[in-house]
Amino acid sequence: MVTRGTTTATAGTTRTAEERARRVAADVPDPELPMLTIDDLGILREVHVDGSGHVDVDITPTYSGCPALEAIRADVLTRLDEHGMPDATVHVVLSPPWTTDRISADGIEKLRRHGIAPPGPAGGAHGDGRAPVPLALTVRCPRCGSPDTRELARFGSTACKALWVCGDCAEPFDHLKAL
Amino acid sequence: MSGDTTSERSGWRSAAEPSVERVRSGARPGDVSGLVEYTLRLGDDALILSQRLGEWITRAPQLEEDVALANIALDLLGQARSLLTYAGEAEGAGRDEDALAYWRDERDFRNVLLVERPNGDFAETMARQLWFTSYQYELYDRLRASADPTLAAVAAKAVKEVAYHRDHAAQWVLRLGDGTDESRRRMQGGLAAVAPYVDELFDPDGVTGGLGAVAVDPAALREPSERHVDGVLDRAGLERPPEPAHVARGGRRGLHTEVMGYLLAEMQHLHRSHEGASW
Repeated sequence: MVTRGTTTATAGTTRTAEERARRVAADVPDPELPMLTIDDLGILREVHVDGSGHVDVDITPTYSGCPALEAIRADVLTRLDEHGMPDATVHVVLSPPWTTDRISADGIEKLRRHGIAPPGPAGGAHGDGRAPVPLALTVRCPRCGSPDTRELARFGSTACKALWVCGDCAEPFDHLKAL
Repeated sequence: MSGDTTSERSGWRSAAEPSVERVRSGARPGDVSGLVEYTLRLGDDALILSQRLGEWITRAPQLEEDVALANIALDLLGQARSLLTYAGEAEGAGRDEDALAYWRDERDFRNVLLVERPNGDFAETMARQLWFTSYQYELYDRLRASADPTLAAVAAKAVKEVAYHRDHAAQWVLRLGDGTDESRRRMQGGLAAVAPYVDELFDPDGVTGGLGAVAVDPAALREPSERHVDGVLDRAGLERPPEPAHVARGGRRGLHTEVMGYLLAEMQHLHRSHEGASW
């Protein structure tokens, strides 16, 4: 009985520590889209804390070569350290692959507010791997809301963005590509 | 849930966090040297093409193309990093991605000759892109089902990126083939220039054969890749060039063309002169 009681108490402590560690990690901003956190973007995966207090954080890259990943790793470790969790390891996991569908509803709204047209659904576009590049049929201008927009370049300022322009307000804007 | 966690944790981890335990525990058919060799081929193709595409930066016909080719090169570099890291772990001799990229000599590189070809003019680069992306898309699409969980994870991620690369190449081949007399002539010339290097992509050998369900049989990729290329050429009003008089191969065995040494000199000299340099 005593043993069981102890185990339950330890599990409870670990769970609390895990929730705390997750909250801290979830708050880390993305270096290239600083108005969004890595949790908004779906870059943060699992957070585990073991009995000794060691924190394991799993993150996943948006694109294979995304250079922000190293910065994110460092930021997560720094934040955890600042919050009294210096004993931590950040793991990069690839599977299942990141998709823009992992961006939270809150994240989508933040993108729009900051002048970046959010991605349409990627779901199924690559589901069977046979579909072509997902086409954004109705990208609305994030500034004036007009649907009269066109793609200028599919590869934009970062790996995840395309460059578009609005036909109504004539402003160019970034569009996060469905992936 | 626990199933999800397991599959996520079986993915690739970065060089800073070698997942040696997974390499040991993974029940993997075939011997390790075959897996290392195969993974080096995949990684070297991505690395060397990334280096070539990077040469276009500041020289592409439009600013947007500078950005596009740099982005494609970056995706390939990311794939190469995952693959070379994994090859080093599987080998178990302590070599990381940097050791494999910067400290191997020409004969140890396993990329096909096609990706080391000089860029030529923009049309020739697009001809190479059309063939290579068509091949790589079909390859990664099948490799997602590899018996090796790390290769499957890299492929599942990369196939989505390569779908964009393949579309980029197709759009340019259409535009150049269906453009002016000059652009059509250049595009047709580019296709002829890369033609001798296409066959090597689809060569099966003992390495791919010996790995069973870990690897994808390159010969099986020929038909779907050709179908895609032919479809684009058809729509562009271009002709498939006649069978080349000679076919060049040897990259998979480390027998490279003269240009490879120059490419490596440029890619490796900084790291060899200032080991571990970063910025």
